[in-house]
Amino acid sequence: MVKKKNKKKITKSVTVKDQQLGKKKETAREKMIGQSIGYRYDVNLLPDYSKITPFLKKYIDAMGWDDLNWLEDVHMGYEEGRPAVFCRNANGWVTIPKSIKLPNNQQDRDMIARELLVKFQMSPKHPLVDLKKAYLKF
Amino acid sequence: MANLKNVTKKTKAQAMGMHSEVLTGRTQQKFFNPDEAENFYYFGTYDVDFNKRTDLDVKDMTAADANKEIDNLMSQGYGTIVIKNPQGKHSIGVGILNKLNLIFEGSLGYFGIGSCDGPIVRINGRVGWSCAENLMAGKVVIEKNAGSCFGAAIRGGDLICKGSVGARTGIDMKGGTIIIGGDAGAFTGFMMQRGRIIILGNVGINLGDSMYDGTIFVGGEIGSYGSDAVDAELTKSDQDWLKRKLKVAEIGENFDVSKMKKIVAGKKLWNYDNLEPTEKKGAI
Repeated sequence: MVKKKNKKKITKSVTVKDQQLGKKKETAREKMIGQSIGYRYDVNLLPDYSKITPFLKKYIDAMGWDDLNWLEDVHMGYEEGRPAVFCRNANGWVTIPKSIKLPNNQQDRDMIARELLVKFQMSPKHPLVDLKKAYLKF
Repeated sequence: MANLKNVTKKTKAQAMGMHSEVLTGRTQQKFFNPDEAENFYYFGTYDVDFNKRTDLDVKDMTAADANKEIDNLMSQGYGTIVIKNPQGKHSIGVGILNKLNLIFEGSLGYFGIGSCDGPIVRINGRVGWSCAENLMAGKVVIEKNAGSCFGAAIRGGDLICKGSVGARTGIDMKGGTIIIGGDAGAFTGFMMQRGRIIILGNVGINLGDSMYDGTIFVGGEIGSYGSDAVDAELTKSDQDWLKRKLKVAEIGENFDVSKMKKIVAGKKLWNYDNLEPTEKKGAI
């Protein structure tokens, strides 16, 4: 009599790395066209105002707004596997330096992304400053 | 044959080397400088004071002249400008990339408050087509009704209409929040890609047609859903955000947000995969 072997169910364990934003395995199609399909992070994530940073509070007060306003749509995403935030004015991803330690949760990361993006956009070194000097009409 | 000389006059941009750079890759690689000084305004914008107030009567001005005068007043440090007699002029209050408190005492025509980034605008009247088109940041409040294409292609900021709006509100919007106190017309949120629309009243047919992403909240009845617009669960986070946002919008503070419907993209139209020919691989 042949003994029945207890077949162990093989379940694929989902590693933490697979769940991290920007490190999701690309589909065959995405690899082929060299372009990602869809957003790499939750663009609809609403901000948690309890996580707001002192710099952002000052920015809101200076502009006379009631809340984060346009920054509600800013999230920390990934570019080529590195944390980055998209600058709509420069139309490119701005990479977060390695020296900045990032917290584990997305809400805190988003607040850091917002703060850094404001600093980047308002900097005299922003790429648009040169364009403005060259093309400004009035 | 005329003896044409080769004109080699360089533009300012060419002189700065902007036409000789080699453009490679899909995106720019830029890094933050975390030690950047604390600065809240774009380079080259005016330092204005909200407490410094002035009036501007635009009755006998063209829209272009009125816009230039607003710019001139900002350059003098005026942070609050009251526009008298706008009389339904088109394209007025456009291209303001500054912090500013702008108040219109009357109604605007087409394309008012277009391409703005930062100002707080209040219109004590109605607005025509495409109000606040391409708004980047700031807050725009319309006390009465608005025409079609309200907030077309906005990227950020809060756009509030206390009355009702026409068709195609938030068409192609890529961010920001549109809040409607009354009803909205057909094709609201047509092709929206990001951002949020809140409608406290009823909405017409084809709501959120072909939306790629983003969220629509509706308090009243929905005429019909557009292609790929589907219902989603209203979460506690959504309700908290709605309460806070309605307070900012100065409307519907006592509105029961728990009964609102939430509409999102079904993502069945994400067919770029099939549309992208393999031959393009080399070009990307």
